[in-house]
Amino acid sequence: MNLEYSEEYVAFRAEVREFLQGWPLTGDEAQLPVHEQEIRFRRRGIERGYVYRNFPRAYGGSEQTPDVLRERIIREEYAEASAPGDSAGQGPSMLAPTLLELGTEAQRERFIAPTLAGEISWCQGYSEPGAGSDLASLQTRAELQGDEWVINGHKIWTTTAHEADFMFGLFRTEPQAPKHAGISYLLVDMKAPGIEIRPLREMTGASMFNEVFFDNVRTPAENIVGKRGEGWQVSRATLKHERNLIGDPNFMRRAYLSLLQLARDTTRNGRPAIEDPSIRQELAQIEGFFMSLEYTGARLLTATARNEEAKVILPMMTMKLYGTDLRQRITRLALDLLENRSLIAPTEEEGSHGAPEGRPGTWTADYMSAIAISIAGGASNIQRNIIGERALGLPRDLRTPK
Amino acid sequence: MDFGISEEQELLQETVRGFVTNECPATHLREVFDGESGHDPELWAGMLEMGLGGLTLSEDFGGAGLDILDLALVSEVLGEGAVPSPFFGHTVAGLALAWGGSDEQKASWLPRLASGDVVATAALAEAENRWQPEQWSLETDKGTLTGSKQFVTSADLADLLVVGISGGDLALVERSADGVDVTPVEGLDRTRRVAEVNFDSASCEILPGGNRVANRVRDAALILLAADSLGAAWNLIQMTIDYTGTRQQFGTNLTQFQAVKHQIANMAADIEQTRALCWYAAYAQDQLPDDAPHAAAVAKAHITDRAMEAARDAFELHGGIGFTWECDVQMWFKRCMFNRTVLGTPEIQRERSAALAGW
Ligand SMILES: Cc1cc2nc3c(=O)[nH]c(=O)nc-3n(C[C@H](O)[C@H](O)[C@H](O)COP(=O)(O)OP(=O)(O)OC[C@H]3O[C@@H](n4cnc5c(N)ncnc54)[C@H](O)[C@@H]3O)c2cc1C
Repeated sequence: MNLEYSEEYVAFRAEVREFLQGWPLTGDEAQLPVHEQEIRFRRRGIERGYVYRNFPRAYGGSEQTPDVLRERIIREEYAEASAPGDSAGQGPSMLAPTLLELGTEAQRERFIAPTLAGEISWCQGYSEPGAGSDLASLQTRAELQGDEWVINGHKIWTTTAHEADFMFGLFRTEPQAPKHAGISYLLVDMKAPGIEIRPLREMTGASMFNEVFFDNVRTPAENIVGKRGEGWQVSRATLKHERNLIGDPNFMRRAYLSLLQLARDTTRNGRPAIEDPSIRQELAQIEGFFMSLEYTGARLLTATARNEEAKVILPMMTMKLYGTDLRQRITRLALDLLENRSLIAPTEEEGSHGAPEGRPGTWTADYMSAIAISIAGGASNIQRNIIGERALGLPRDLRTPK
Repeated sequence: MDFGISEEQELLQETVRGFVTNECPATHLREVFDGESGHDPELWAGMLEMGLGGLTLSEDFGGAGLDILDLALVSEVLGEGAVPSPFFGHTVAGLALAWGGSDEQKASWLPRLASGDVVATAALAEAENRWQPEQWSLETDKGTLTGSKQFVTSADLADLLVVGISGGDLALVERSADGVDVTPVEGLDRTRRVAEVNFDSASCEILPGGNRVANRVRDAALILLAADSLGAAWNLIQMTIDYTGTRQQFGTNLTQFQAVKHQIANMAADIEQTRALCWYAAYAQDQLPDDAPHAAAVAKAHITDRAMEAARDAFELHGGIGFTWECDVQMWFKRCMFNRTVLGTPEIQRERSAALAGW
């Protein structure tokens, strides 16, 4: 064990930090729309080899030799500078790696680079009203007619469907096959005729997810990733990337530090709340969970660097459950600190992605969202099944015979 | 940057684990647990043979010259086996001597501690839960010590006591000295027996560096307890998996029921995630002096608390038999209770860690 970075890495960190002085943009560039500024700065990061390191240059990445330590340094420094690096959107973080792994050459060429650049945005069309945790029971049909898939059915909880250019989704293409074997992974243009998007309003008041209805929607036959009937396996690759995203310790660090700040800024009995014995107890307990998660992150990183991932199956599989539980603890204490300020409804902005940190409304919305993310991407009970069955060797649930 | 244990450290754990599995299986542990003395001389001799008498002591004194991280890894395995032995007190006393003793004191005692010719222990607690160095109150007078210490582990076996005294100082007292009286107490954790020790003008020697290192010694002891709980909790999880995997109700194994499976998954998630905290806190003692006290307090509070929760679940999942004296769960359950309270409950450690974090 050695937590010091060698000279090479210390120098690398300094280099990254210096580059990040360039954010936010200045001069004429500062007048551009934010999205355009982000695209520009991201492009510079790619040129430097800091952004999209695992993607080939041909597809808009920076094609660097894998080095988990450099990647960690980059993540930390970008987070510190709040600069646009690897995008956390569903396209760059889920679809692009899936195409890289399993897509055809034509799909990679067409989609990966613009997706990474932020020019094509994506939504994930998996869940349906009748298919949530039991995703493989999904019913939205896609039939091959000539050189097109014709889609009919209904997706739900589709985050950002209203803004997305494309959907990557799961559709039943082989109705006769057993349920897992009858699904294909298709890419669909959200502007295609026959798609109707209805926003859903969340309890925070914001509208991040939607229902998507398909009425004879057509997508070209070549927009299938993997083979017919192999969509389930393809989606497992995507889901792996989604869980990594949710368990990201950098994200937890920000929430934890923000909670400490709230405890300092809030007054209790005329003193900062952080001096209140019961608040200190709860904060210190949260710190125990937080440090466990943070150093488990470091442990997983080292295991990856050493090619010893088989030794960390259990900590890896428990990360999502543990992390989402912790996020709920953090936001619950924030409510206790806010007291009556948590009785004010969050604004729509406060309930949306990229909400301004530290505002009462953002905390209140986050208290609710923290529970939502323990459902998204495989609900906690499903995580417990996975931990029990795959990591601890406990038996699978009994299935009710059809 | 490398956050993981080395091959040598894995091997160290495997070696100790092999020894514990062979020499102290639950059946044997039970005999010692129910026995009069709570001590097994052969088991302790085997541990000494493996070098556990002086893991962190310098090689010049016959020790193994290892780090606190290595010590934590060994402590974890001893917790897995709930191994009854003077290891805890002996190790803490050894660290106090090594860090705070004069050259003469070290040369005189450390080789015998490493070999186990002398068994040592640390006498820290005083009445009313006073575990911390700043709370110690025993006074010395012309080289003699008077007062009382509580919950001293393996005191009846010890030849040498390192005693916490006023001013956060540390004194050495030989058990055979006049005025030293050891009264065994019926302790809860029968794998680590405790006693009250009274000193009545007993002759003593001050460790010159005592008050400089007392906090550091306490922090190392916190790590030992946290690591022991991590190991004990894992063993309880394994016992629960084994038990519920064979216990039949409603025509099937209990693990077939999702409520049981989920409870076990929660235990495993909770405990496995603390392993990295344990490593970090131990490593901090070796390499990061600025964060070491804080990390030790967080690790001790968090890990012993989570382990107690896992122990509680293990007990519950064993059903009625889990409440019996006969069931092995109690041996680890009480081990977890001991670790949680000794040197200050989670509440005390959390208040300490909060203060150390500058909150
Ligand atoms: C904020 C948010 C964003 C989302 N974004 C997307 C998206 O972009 N695209 C997309 O396709 N989907 C998305 N989802 C949907 C998400 O994947 C599903 O909500 C999730 O898989 C659970 O399905 P469900 O809502 O139908 O709940 P259900 O499956 O009905 O589950 C309800 C409850 O029952 C429990 N449960 C279910 N089955 C079992 C079982 N076998 N054993 C024990 N307990 C069980 C679950 O743990 C859960 O608590 C999103 C969800 C949320 C909350």
